[in-house]
Amino acid sequence: MADGVAVDEVRLGQTEAHLARVFAGLKFRNALFHLLTLACAWAVLLLLGGVIVSLVIGALPSIRAFGAGFYTTEVWNPVTEKFGGMAPMYGTIVTSTIAMALAVPSAFGIAIFLTELCPFRLRRPIGIAIELLAGIPSIIFGIWGLFVFAPFLQEHVQPPLIALFANVPVLSTLFAGPPYGIGVLTAGIVLAIMVLPIITSISRDVFETVPDMLKEAAYGVGCTTWEVVRFVVIPYTRIGLLGGVMLGLGRALGETMAVTFVIGNAHRIKASLLAPGTTISATIANEFTEAVGDLYTSALIQLGLILFLITFIILAISRYMLMRMHIQEG
Amino acid sequence: MAIYDARRRRSKFFLGLCYVFVAVGLGWLALILGTLLIEGFRGLSPAVFTEMTPPPGAEGGLLNAIAGSLIMTAIGVIVGAPLGMLAGTYMAEYGRYSKLTVVVRFINDILLSAPSIVVGLFVYEVMVVSMGHFSALAGAMALAVIVLPVVVRTTEDMLLLVPHTLREAASALGMSRSIVIAKVAYRAARAGLITGVLLAIARISGETAPLLFTALNNQFFSADVFKPMASLPVVIFQFALSPYKEWQQLAWTGALLITLAVLALSITARALQTQRNAK
Repeated sequence: MADGVAVDEVRLGQTEAHLARVFAGLKFRNALFHLLTLACAWAVLLLLGGVIVSLVIGALPSIRAFGAGFYTTEVWNPVTEKFGGMAPMYGTIVTSTIAMALAVPSAFGIAIFLTELCPFRLRRPIGIAIELLAGIPSIIFGIWGLFVFAPFLQEHVQPPLIALFANVPVLSTLFAGPPYGIGVLTAGIVLAIMVLPIITSISRDVFETVPDMLKEAAYGVGCTTWEVVRFVVIPYTRIGLLGGVMLGLGRALGETMAVTFVIGNAHRIKASLLAPGTTISATIANEFTEAVGDLYTSALIQLGLILFLITFIILAISRYMLMRMHIQEG
Repeated sequence: MAIYDARRRRSKFFLGLCYVFVAVGLGWLALILGTLLIEGFRGLSPAVFTEMTPPPGAEGGLLNAIAGSLIMTAIGVIVGAPLGMLAGTYMAEYGRYSKLTVVVRFINDILLSAPSIVVGLFVYEVMVVSMGHFSALAGAMALAVIVLPVVVRTTEDMLLLVPHTLREAASALGMSRSIVIAKVAYRAARAGLITGVLLAIARISGETAPLLFTALNNQFFSADVFKPMASLPVVIFQFALSPYKEWQQLAWTGALLITLAVLALSITARALQTQRNAK
């Protein structure tokens, strides 16, 4: 009898000790896993910090050598090691402006079609097609632009454009010849085709958040479809739309491959949109592997830093606006 | 009545414009894909998959480029995806309401659309400069940097969709948090997590800019990750800009292969997700 109790107590003691060990093990593993995931979350932030720090360090020689003059100098001469970033910066801004001017109205139009006009059976297939197109690598657009679009422009579009505007004051300088095919305008159009699916799919998502009741109320007081879009849908989704446009702009500014093929890589600022130019990303893509000398490499890295800072700000504004829209939505 | 007619006309005009945009926008994209299919299939032959990239002016294939792309993509995903999943796990599970999560989500969304050429510069500075030469490993790390934000985003989104009741039931059985996550949350979100990885692979399989000055290029077959390695996008870039007909044809064929791979991956990912939603 007494022996039995003692044995039970011993067993109980053993199981308790065993359980304690098991629990301690579980706790330890949980703490370890928690720490591991926390470290990875920090890694995302460190990655951003790492990018900025490494670019700044890489750009230092160039920043020291050229100072503020880097932003106002057009000269880009690897032989004399004089570098100025104005031409690529100008090219980046002009190509992105052309791209946005073409892509934003089209994207809004397609999004309005998808949410207000399209028969229900077609909505899903067209929507999916647009999302799939948004995932197509940009090099595809670049190769098409180089082999198909640029020769087409050179033969059939640019000569009549030049002739048409030859005697119009401002436009004659914007569309001054000769027709190369490749150039700033071509790059802008290819960029527009590339960002179109991106802006369209965000605008469509944003338009879909408008409560049906608001639209029905507008129809109820006799609005036409366009008036519903213009005075109900667009004002209601203003912030989200702006976010989508900024996201597209961020992509257009940093896009490399679609532009590099068709811009011509010339470090000159020309008033004509038909002339070859360059953008920040195209300059880096074209010249980085061939850059000899620390200063040349450093100047290219400084261009990269400028690009990263600009797109960072644009994308941050975009995300902030899209976030605000989600909060407003609840 | 005149005012009403004018309003109707106005509406018709602007909505008509929408139809025009749809026709032009979608027509344009269809045109690009059509050209790609025609030009790409013209050069498609068994030699593309069995022969190396040729010297200028000769016939050849894309074997070394395809192999290089597969190797670097694989390493990039193996490095980037687990990191991204763990970070996403923190944001959805341990730190759902912490300030860090808000900040990481914001930064991650920015990294998601940051210019990929800057990623190339970053990896060049960190790896190529310190190793002293270009290498496939550096290219793979550049791809991993692009994989990371994609996987973080989808992992967080998918884990947030897992119902609370599942976690609570598991916790009530006495499971520790890490076991709840591994055995319950991950399992419930499995299709979504796979979708995220597939989307990440689709994203990097066409990336050119970050490989240009990390992995560089290689005219021959190489499985050594410490040496420069060819990849499909870089070969396309180089061949398309060359004056040789054979190279340009191979560039089209390579572009077709990449597009088909990306479309297959995105469609699979989408199918997985709809399957999940149907359940």
